[in-house]
Amino acid sequence: MSNESKYNASLRESATFDRATMAEIRRAADTGIYDIRGFGAKRKVPHFDDLLFLGASMSRYPLEGYRETCNTSVVLGDRFAKNPIKLDIPVTIAGMSFGALSANAKEALGRGASIAGTSTTTGDGGMTPEERGQSKKLVYQYLPSRYGMNPDDLRKADAIEVVLGQGAKPGGGGMLLGQKITDRVAKMRNLPKGIDQRSACRHPDWTGPDDLAIKIQELREITDWQVPIYIKVGATRTYYDVKLAVKAGADVIVVDGMQGGTAATQDVFIEHVGIPTMAAIPQAVQALQEMGMHRKVQLIVSGGIRNGADVAKCMALGADAVAIGTAALVALGCNDPKWEEDYQKIGSAAGFYDDYQEGKDPAGISTQDPDLMKRLDPVAAGNRLANYLRVLTLEAQTLARACGKNDLRNLEPEDLVALNVEAAAMARVPLAGTTWIPGQQY
Amino acid sequence: MCGIVGLYLKNDKYESKLGELFEPMLIAMTDRGPDSAGFAIYGDDVSEDWVKLTLRHPSDTFNWAGFTDQLATALACEADWMQNSNVAVLKVKAAESTVREWITANAEGVLVLSAGQSIEILKEVGLPENIASKFNLSGMKGSHIIGHTRMATESAVTMEGSHPFSTGSDLCLVHNGSLSNHNRLRDKLKREGITFETENDSEVAAGYLTWRLNNGDTLKGALENALKDLDGFFTFTIGTKDGFAVMRDPIACKPAVLAETEDYVAMASEYQALASLPGIENAKVWEPEPATFYIWERK
Amino acid sequence: MKKFDLANNSIRELNQALHAQQTSLTEKEWSVANPKGEHNIAVGLDADLHVDIHGHAGYFCAGMNKTASVTIHGNAGQGLAENMMSGVVRVKGDASQAAGATAQGGLLVIEGNAGARCGISMKGVDIVVKGSVGHMSCFMGQSGSLVVCGDAGEALGDSLYEVHIYVKGEVKSLGADCIQKEMRPEHLEELSGLLAKAGVDEDPAAFKRYGSARQLYTFKVDNASAY
Repeated sequence: MSNESKYNASLRESATFDRATMAEIRRAADTGIYDIRGFGAKRKVPHFDDLLFLGASMSRYPLEGYRETCNTSVVLGDRFAKNPIKLDIPVTIAGMSFGALSANAKEALGRGASIAGTSTTTGDGGMTPEERGQSKKLVYQYLPSRYGMNPDDLRKADAIEVVLGQGAKPGGGGMLLGQKITDRVAKMRNLPKGIDQRSACRHPDWTGPDDLAIKIQELREITDWQVPIYIKVGATRTYYDVKLAVKAGADVIVVDGMQGGTAATQDVFIEHVGIPTMAAIPQAVQALQEMGMHRKVQLIVSGGIRNGADVAKCMALGADAVAIGTAALVALGCNDPKWEEDYQKIGSAAGFYDDYQEGKDPAGISTQDPDLMKRLDPVAAGNRLANYLRVLTLEAQTLARACGKNDLRNLEPEDLVALNVEAAAMARVPLAGTTWIPGQQY
Repeated sequence: MCGIVGLYLKNDKYESKLGELFEPMLIAMTDRGPDSAGFAIYGDDVSEDWVKLTLRHPSDTFNWAGFTDQLATALACEADWMQNSNVAVLKVKAAESTVREWITANAEGVLVLSAGQSIEILKEVGLPENIASKFNLSGMKGSHIIGHTRMATESAVTMEGSHPFSTGSDLCLVHNGSLSNHNRLRDKLKREGITFETENDSEVAAGYLTWRLNNGDTLKGALENALKDLDGFFTFTIGTKDGFAVMRDPIACKPAVLAETEDYVAMASEYQALASLPGIENAKVWEPEPATFYIWERK
Repeated sequence: MKKFDLANNSIRELNQALHAQQTSLTEKEWSVANPKGEHNIAVGLDADLHVDIHGHAGYFCAGMNKTASVTIHGNAGQGLAENMMSGVVRVKGDASQAAGATAQGGLLVIEGNAGARCGISMKGVDIVVKGSVGHMSCFMGQSGSLVVCGDAGEALGDSLYEVHIYVKGEVKSLGADCIQKEMRPEHLEELSGLLAKAGVDEDPAAFKRYGSARQLYTFKVDNASAY
């Protein structure tokens, strides 16, 4: 990407007004409207890469990788529901809507998750038969817009996720631009075809945790207390939000950090609202511990999870499971270099494509264009996702065994150290080689 | 995030049964606010040259008799007291400011919950039914009462953080919702000389009204100003010596329902809190409009 | 007639009993006593039932109703018949905020007044209100019809999509992108049908029609003040 060699060495780019910043100013001046895009935060924020595991050596004993088991299964939602969800692996697929994604992509996510023994999640647009059919465990999102919401699908769901916000845009509503409102999407959402759809940022019939407690009761009554109720929040004032979610009656709490992706929202939202995933987990766990609810109300963490190390680090900080969105799309084929030529044609490049809202995704994932959609074979893509999920699990197990654990959830914050002060303060683990956790008293 | 209830009697028909009618209203709001509860009751007025204070000490065995004697001797005035659990209602023939100053200087651990001619505030951490029984709510008499059950959002679950918040002489406020500009406003009010016990947003609303009233606003004027200066979501119920007021923010998301009969006006976050009132079947029941306030005052 | 007293039995028992009718319909007529403002009464019904609730109901009464006919002989709390799919929900008294929120079908009749946000994000339901509706009614309404025989509060039909709004009384103010439209014969016909269906005796010619100006359908700089 670097073009440095082309330039006179004495030319110096401003760190404040770099090329991307100047391009955005020009774009704003041209159009008069904010930039809308997909993907998650692109700026660098303290992340799990800044944490390291303390493998066993003398004071602790590691487990043997090929003979001694390390459990990865997890039960979610056994606080009130008759039928909690049992997952083979603690990596779930985050909510992404049909509309934002093609039907084939949704089907592929269902296939991949089912092969790997985990759940997938609907999104802001209802439940498709493709998705329900291919997903052994399907979480049905309950969102402010209620697009495609109906009691039949509610009863078909294995869990219900009440969405208050997401990491990419806590406090904001959804968007789906006209290019993606095809006949089928329009019908499912009851919208005129081709318009730019706006979604509300608050639920229409309740506001606040006191009303939410009643809403959760309603969902339980409609589904006869069969399935768990999750509450999903974007990570901001996580300590308070988690406490309130427990008080409102959640079985499971999903905390989505600022690196979490979206199909379309204002760039200013994606980059400037919310806290990093790593910083949210200790807040959430502290809230649960203080209420005596850690492990009783399960915690799912999402936002920028990419590999088994990220999974293991989330678990060590106290999560019961993680959810992946962007990484799952990449596994399906999003931003794949094999479509480089097509990316270039629409002014992007493989690895940089984030204009999910335009519906021109060369990989056939974030689109409703029939020709582009066909590029994604749901069976092959599903297998790719399953492979990727297996790798995440194997990697996490590898790290857990190295720390002497026969269960992923036995990883502890004490198994971690931080590489820098920022990560140490946010994750509340000591700076490597010291006993110092910034901000904590001894 | 909470439950609010209020009962204002238009005549003396139910005065002896005020607490008895109100207790089920408060308990009905338990699900909305399981963390703490409290109420402000008006009645048993002292005369103009007296002041009535509700005082709290953390210990149930605090020597209120000794405390009152000391105060009466020091201020050379008449004083009377009545204990209710770890709270005492103190009546003193002196100016409120004099009594407050003496307490601050001489009685460590004694907290003033309310002051005025009529008001008594009782509040505590815990379930509404426990608090009602602790203070023997059902046996209380009076002209009007407002109560609150709290589901804490950002500030701590403490007695101090529970509602009602006293907002000056004979005035108190309960709040359901969440203010979004209370931190800056608290700083401003502190500079104006208003003191705060907690980080609670509702206390800022109470302090705001105190400040406006101290500056000469009528209750109506203070509420009009509050609509301009408070940001966020709120339903307020405000108790005054002679009446009470209800107000919702312009967006009006947080619930409120009012009921009126010949004998009373009642307010609650949910209708179910009103269901046990006498004659409710034939009451006029309605929801307060956004950015509108309703004031009832007894002549 | 199956009688159910909420003074003696729980909401859970009531709803479970009503849901059981979905698999085998043995009792069509239900009478529910002593609701006393309790929440989530008769939610998630999906059978040809007639449920009469004698008293006031709390939040989300008849939520997600399908097929069934539910009548509340009293007032209804927040989110009455939210997301209903079909059937008829009728409240004899007033309804609180967000009545018929996101409802996708069926008929909702409010014989008294409705609070704020009546028909918010409605998606195909027909709502007939004999009294008045509160502010922000039909906010982001997508499809269906809202008939108001009384007055409408501030910001009626803000950010409207394709709902047909008919108001007989005064409209305090119209929301962004909501405009008064010509009442053509097909609208008079539609309105007559809705009034007849709801059993409301009003002259369709006395109503005015409101709908979306469709200016907010695409994001563009000209609309910046409305965002």
